Amino acid sequence: MNKNLRVKSSEYIDETNRISFKFNGKTYHGFKGDTLASALLANDVHLVGRSFKYHRPRGIMTSGSEEPNAIVQVNPGTNRTEPNVRATEVEIYEGLEASSQNCWPSVEFDIGGINNFLSPFFPAGFYYKTFMWPASFWEKYEFFIRHSAGLGKSPTTTDPDIYDHRNVHCDVLVVGAGISGIMAAKNAAKNNFKTLLVEEKNELGGSTIYENNEFNKIDNKAPSEWLKKEIEELKNIKNLEIKTRTSVAAYHQYNYLLARENLTDHLEAKDKTNKIRQRLLKIRAKKVILATGALERPLIFNNNDRPGIMLSSAIKKYSEFYGVACGSKNVFFTNNDSAYESAISLFNKGINVEAIIDIREQSESKIIKKVKEAGIKIYWSHSIVDTTGYKRLNSISIMKLSNDGTSVTGSKISISCDCLGVAGGWTPAVHLYTQSGNKLKFDDEKKVFLPNQNTSEQISVGSCGGDFKIDEIIKNLNQKLKDTLNIKETDLDNIKVEIDQENSKRNIWLLPSDKPLGKTKPFVDYQNDATAKDIKLALREGFRSIEHVKRYTTTGMGTDQGKLGNMHALGIIADTAGVKMGELGTTTFRPPYTPLTFGTIVGRNVGKFFDIFRRTPMNDWHVENKAEFENVGQWKRAWYYPINGETMHQAVQRESKAARESAGILDASTLGKIDIQGSDASEFLNRVYTNAWSKLAIGKCRYGLMLNEDGMVYDDGVTTRLGENHYLMTTTTGGAANVLGKLEDYLQTEWPELDVYLTSVTDHYATASLCGPNSKKIIKKIVPDLDLSDESFPHMSFKEAKIGNIQCRIMRISFTGEHSYEINVQASYGKDLWEKCIEAGKEFNITPYGTETMHLLRAEKGFIIVGQDTDGTMTPIDLQMDWIVSKKKYDFIGKRSLYRSDTMREDRKQLVGLLTDDPNIVLEEGAQIVSELNQSPVEMLGHVTSSYFSPNLKKSIALAVVRGGKDMMGKKLFVPMENKNINVTVANPVFYDEKNERLNA
Amino acid sequence: MFLINCPYCGERDQQEFKAGGEAHIERPKQPTELSDDEWAEYLFMRKNIKGVQFERWNHAHGCRKWFNMVRDTSNDEIKAIYKMGEKPPAQ
Repeated sequence: MNKNLRVKSSEYIDETNRISFKFNGKTYHGFKGDTLASALLANDVHLVGRSFKYHRPRGIMTSGSEEPNAIVQVNPGTNRTEPNVRATEVEIYEGLEASSQNCWPSVEFDIGGINNFLSPFFPAGFYYKTFMWPASFWEKYEFFIRHSAGLGKSPTTTDPDIYDHRNVHCDVLVVGAGISGIMAAKNAAKNNFKTLLVEEKNELGGSTIYENNEFNKIDNKAPSEWLKKEIEELKNIKNLEIKTRTSVAAYHQYNYLLARENLTDHLEAKDKTNKIRQRLLKIRAKKVILATGALERPLIFNNNDRPGIMLSSAIKKYSEFYGVACGSKNVFFTNNDSAYESAISLFNKGINVEAIIDIREQSESKIIKKVKEAGIKIYWSHSIVDTTGYKRLNSISIMKLSNDGTSVTGSKISISCDCLGVAGGWTPAVHLYTQSGNKLKFDDEKKVFLPNQNTSEQISVGSCGGDFKIDEIIKNLNQKLKDTLNIKETDLDNIKVEIDQENSKRNIWLLPSDKPLGKTKPFVDYQNDATAKDIKLALREGFRSIEHVKRYTTTGMGTDQGKLGNMHALGIIADTAGVKMGELGTTTFRPPYTPLTFGTIVGRNVGKFFDIFRRTPMNDWHVENKAEFENVGQWKRAWYYPINGETMHQAVQRESKAARESAGILDASTLGKIDIQGSDASEFLNRVYTNAWSKLAIGKCRYGLMLNEDGMVYDDGVTTRLGENHYLMTTTTGGAANVLGKLEDYLQTEWPELDVYLTSVTDHYATASLCGPNSKKIIKKIVPDLDLSDESFPHMSFKEAKIGNIQCRIMRISFTGEHSYEINVQASYGKDLWEKCIEAGKEFNITPYGTETMHLLRAEKGFIIVGQDTDGTMTPIDLQMDWIVSKKKYDFIGKRSLYRSDTMREDRKQLVGLLTDDPNIVLEEGAQIVSELNQSPVEMLGHVTSSYFSPNLKKSIALAVVRGGKDMMGKKLFVPMENKNINVTVANPVFYDEKNERLNA
Repeated sequence: MFLINCPYCGERDQQEFKAGGEAHIERPKQPTELSDDEWAEYLFMRKNIKGVQFERWNHAHGCRKWFNMVRDTSNDEIKAIYKMGEKPPAQ
């Protein structure tokens, strides 16, 4: 049955442009300008989803972003699918598909609907109470809960769309383009403020744009007509940028706001490609004017959630703006005059209104007389006690309210209807205001939370500031604009407003029924299925804080954050607990105001741009030669170079042997390099390293160890003295940026008197490290003129040289224990240098090796790697590196801490070597070390930090930190593993060439 | 996200900066002459104030300069910014 409920045409709907779309597999038609919600309503489809917990049928409730029920899966099964989208915000386009969520097999017949009948067994805190025991069963429960919970389905394929970020700066940001926002933006821009106006909908004008109520006039015109002219004038104003389909998601401190601009969601698939779908605007505004309006409140009564029950204001918008009748037998239920405006709107369009149920005793405004004249029956002092109709409302029952509003009396009247508009008053949309860090105050008369203050940087205007009537809005807006913008005149000074609206309102948070509360279902949070009785139960169980009640009952925790029902939840808590609403406070409104896509949040930082890698100038060679890579900080470093299908172990054994037997070459470009210059450079190094630097001759290199002020090893590396006042410091690959930061900190804040300048040159140089007994011969081939004799170029020294025309720095330093050279060239010559070395080394079977072999070779020598053998708790003494700590220097960073009682303890963990009794067993790094096997619990003495099979020693070697290890040389210890205990012996950590004879070989 | 007025570069977004903890804790000139307790006081003890706090900040992704900031930690209002070595403003 496809009924057509389209009424008189609307200027916002283009009836010449017919659009077909699918909902739950069925094809429907709508027009350009429709939302999915308005198009469905025009086809008399109210049932669009099932509720989260009880799987109750639910319909479209609102016409905006506050929608709790009509959340759908858009374009299901495609790579553009998106869950939890509000049907009220989806603009339809040819080919749009959408489907209901949280139902199986279909929204019409949903197995989960059984939960509705089981609802007495699902009270607040059901999951907490039920699945707590036995604790071991949680995994089994979880499997079923996970399957039955969850609203939409996330996409399983890559998002084809492009997202973008943009920084925006403006003098004045106006949020919301209703009457207040438009007038605020207009006056700001006219007074030379660079102004940005953002509106979440595609049309400007808010609710005033369809306000044709004959009793309200602005300058003798209908408000809609007047506002249209104002909007027309915006086009000619300089300094004003308007962004529609743009929703402010977050309002942070210092007027920093995030907004999502929707660019292609309303377009057909063919028009979406290669365009930016959504853009995140990062807005810095000098002043923010919030004109976010107000949300209509529902009323809380028994079975208030059936499809066909909607907000009164939504019914009005569907009729006036979209030209759609939401029902053919309409009834309104209200506590204020708003519903009468909706009723008149329907009446004027020829849509049948059966009756208005008003909980007030009476109201005298002109609009009520008009309703009476229209022959619409009004039931004063009545309340709805029940509704019927499972998948669509078909009748309501009303009874007379007692004077105090806590009970109902008299006989029940049943009214047949297919649509019920509820009007419970208005809630100012203060979400963004509170996000900015400001507090709310409760207005006892209006029963609303309002912004507590307006500042020079931020004001709330219009209904979000508590003004609901057009005359109040314009008067207060005018004054606030003058104060905030510091202007004398505005366009609002001479506006004449005539209105007829009564403020009279009777507020009852929870309406009574003839049945006891326990037998009723008055929903407060529609999306999460929290009812008034859940809230009362939480209070009975002792919850008092609003934040606790929220979490226990899940009220306000859906994707809509309870935009409709939160106020009622607060009201019910206040009434029940006997406290004032102002004292109770509100729950915290958190960003985003409406959900954001992940795409919008990450913008362009996807794929290879998600986390940027750094690559060395030689990277292409490594790739061509099939290197495996490892991540070191942000760097991609060659890990090992497997040939002929070698495993990592095989490749590393081969590389290690080659480096010691003939020649190996390592890309060391990633090491941090800091250029240090200034007349106090030597003194500076004295203060930051543990050893002495004053006597280092020009052209010599020295290894240095850097501590934190707490005495723990922080970084290490070789520093070369290039000139009298010029040093080149190297740092660990991962520590480079932090070391530079730390050194700058000391220079600027503790020792500003030192004449020292630091420059990071890590990226400026490429480094090839050549090692092995044949390395000298290879260097000789590349730089024939250089004197490589030990006398002229000894270990730990440096020379400038030229390879062809390329200027280079060669350091004779070694991290492998072999005779070796590090050649530094300008980064752009890095690959060229590398290829020259490989070419020259061919006759010596030069073998490129990666970080794994480097680690193995240095472990054979007992050289530490900061961050692997140390963990921020190791002093140089713990590392048995006493030799590098100067006793003569008066001070250096961390010195005093080496004499603290704790750092001087003898039983600290100390670095030692470990040899397995069975030389073929390689220990696992991180494995724990004990001295007793048959004791429980047993003290953990330490752990293995580095472990390898040494091809040069033909046995397993390991470094470890062991409590009191220094004095344990030769002691037998145990490494207990899952299936076996490994016997180990404490050894000297220098396993290979203890006398360093190979350095000069 | 604060807007921080770097004394060398002007107003910049907070993401360019790094916070460096409490300000005006001077490294002792003669650490070796301090007792363990005195050294520990310098090394470890930091205030964590709800209210007006004096802090060090670094324009890490900008000019790399360190400077001082007076910030109310309860509402993140920045009361003053001044260069290293300058006297803190009177409260």
